[in-house]
Amino acid sequence: MRKPLVAVSALLLFLGLQVPAAAKSHLLRLATTTSVNDSGLLDFILPQFEKESGLKVEVVAVGTGQALAIAGRGDADAVLVHAPDLEARFLAEGKGVDHTCIAKNNFLIVGPESDPADVKNAADAVDAFRRIFQKGALFVSRGDNSGTYHKERALWKKAGLVPDGQPWYLESGSGMGATLTLASEKDAYTLTDLGTFLFVGSKTRLKPLFDRDDPLLLNQYSFMAVNPEKFPWVNAEGARALRSYLLRKDVQAKIGAYMKDRFGRSLFEPLAGRCIIPVK
Amino acid sequence: MNETLEITLRSLWVSGAATLLAAAFGLPLGLWLGTRGRSHLAATFLYAGMGLPPVVVGLFFYFLFSRSGPLGALGLLYSLPAVIIAESVLAFPLIAGFTMAGVASRFEEVRKLVRSLGGSEAQALLVLLTESRKVIVAALAAGFGAVISEVGAVTIVGGDIRHATRVLTTAVVLETRKGDLELAATLGVILLGVTLVVSGVLVAFGERR
Repeated sequence: MRKPLVAVSALLLFLGLQVPAAAKSHLLRLATTTSVNDSGLLDFILPQFEKESGLKVEVVAVGTGQALAIAGRGDADAVLVHAPDLEARFLAEGKGVDHTCIAKNNFLIVGPESDPADVKNAADAVDAFRRIFQKGALFVSRGDNSGTYHKERALWKKAGLVPDGQPWYLESGSGMGATLTLASEKDAYTLTDLGTFLFVGSKTRLKPLFDRDDPLLLNQYSFMAVNPEKFPWVNAEGARALRSYLLRKDVQAKIGAYMKDRFGRSLFEPLAGRCIIPVK
Repeated sequence: MNETLEITLRSLWVSGAATLLAAAFGLPLGLWLGTRGRSHLAATFLYAGMGLPPVVVGLFFYFLFSRSGPLGALGLLYSLPAVIIAESVLAFPLIAGFTMAGVASRFEEVRKLVRSLGGSEAQALLVLLTESRKVIVAALAAGFGAVISEVGAVTIVGGDIRHATRVLTTAVVLETRKGDLELAATLGVILLGVTLVVSGVLVAFGERR
């Protein structure tokens, strides 16, 4: 193990680059789901935190599953994610601490204007999925390990249906924005978070067909620090500072106000630490 | 500084450094192999290396540099040095392979000529090197082109962190994901322009007398 270390150090010297110090306490790495980053929320609230704390926040925006995988190897200091079942497992494995709920919005079912499966008149989200299944209407799944994908799979399960292998069930394997574009091109249905739909989906031909206050479609964003007892090199102090910042009254108000003028509704409604879906 | 300019400069720096790093090992190796007559084994490995999947190389360095990995103590994951190292591995077979093939095709000819004029073996090598300038330019252009257009490894090892590891290709992916296709296309055009300019500079260098 010593040899490669020396070799890599020599390589870096050759490049004229300094080996970064092991303890970079002025850096805080946040692994996060794409929606909070791509919607611009983090750019809206993090600069003030950086100014107040003197920390520099590095955002790695990936799917929730990947964010937790990165943090689960100690390669991030904190996570901002939206998959309660995965979060619970992360906590149970001792990888995360200080779980708290930051904000919520809702998932919605979007699709072509013609709405062949008549999702518009569904009684609830599960009924909407049932209608899509019975009609065999094209549906695009994320097919990754994202929070949205987990929500979609939970809805199929609740409906008692298995869409896998059906010719109308497409898996995009890509992010929400790309999946919305794909669904639009194919005149297909898909499940999306509100933020990405308003930003990306509004530029496509997709229409919001099931956009109701259904508890089944609740989208809850949580913050967790990476457990410093398991990964002693993490910036635990920085993660704690970010946690209290995100829960602060004025910051919560700022989160709730983000883009409200533009879209006439909150993209992210503040939860101030009160989880609606229990995570344990 | 304008963020697009910042990302463009970072792309140039990463690709340039990775190409130079790969060339530091690849050129001597290619030269050496090229002057030793045909080696099928070396050719097989180098040509196969040209097909190294960037995502697999990215994953390899992800595990290597991860805090929980063997070189975790260096704290290199999601930093530019890590990206440069991973990219240089991708450029290396291209540079070594092109150099080897180009040098091998004219080595015997050059040596016979230099020897017949009374030159030494060392002088033959020197002449070969200057005569192979165009080959080396082609090798460097291939390496640089592969690295600057690469998106898989740089995403996995670099993480596309704003003001830190975001390069032109990952910025295109991000803007596409965000649905800002116009900005994505603009960045794509810049990427093409940068590649064109660098290739032009390399070719000019190869033609210089």
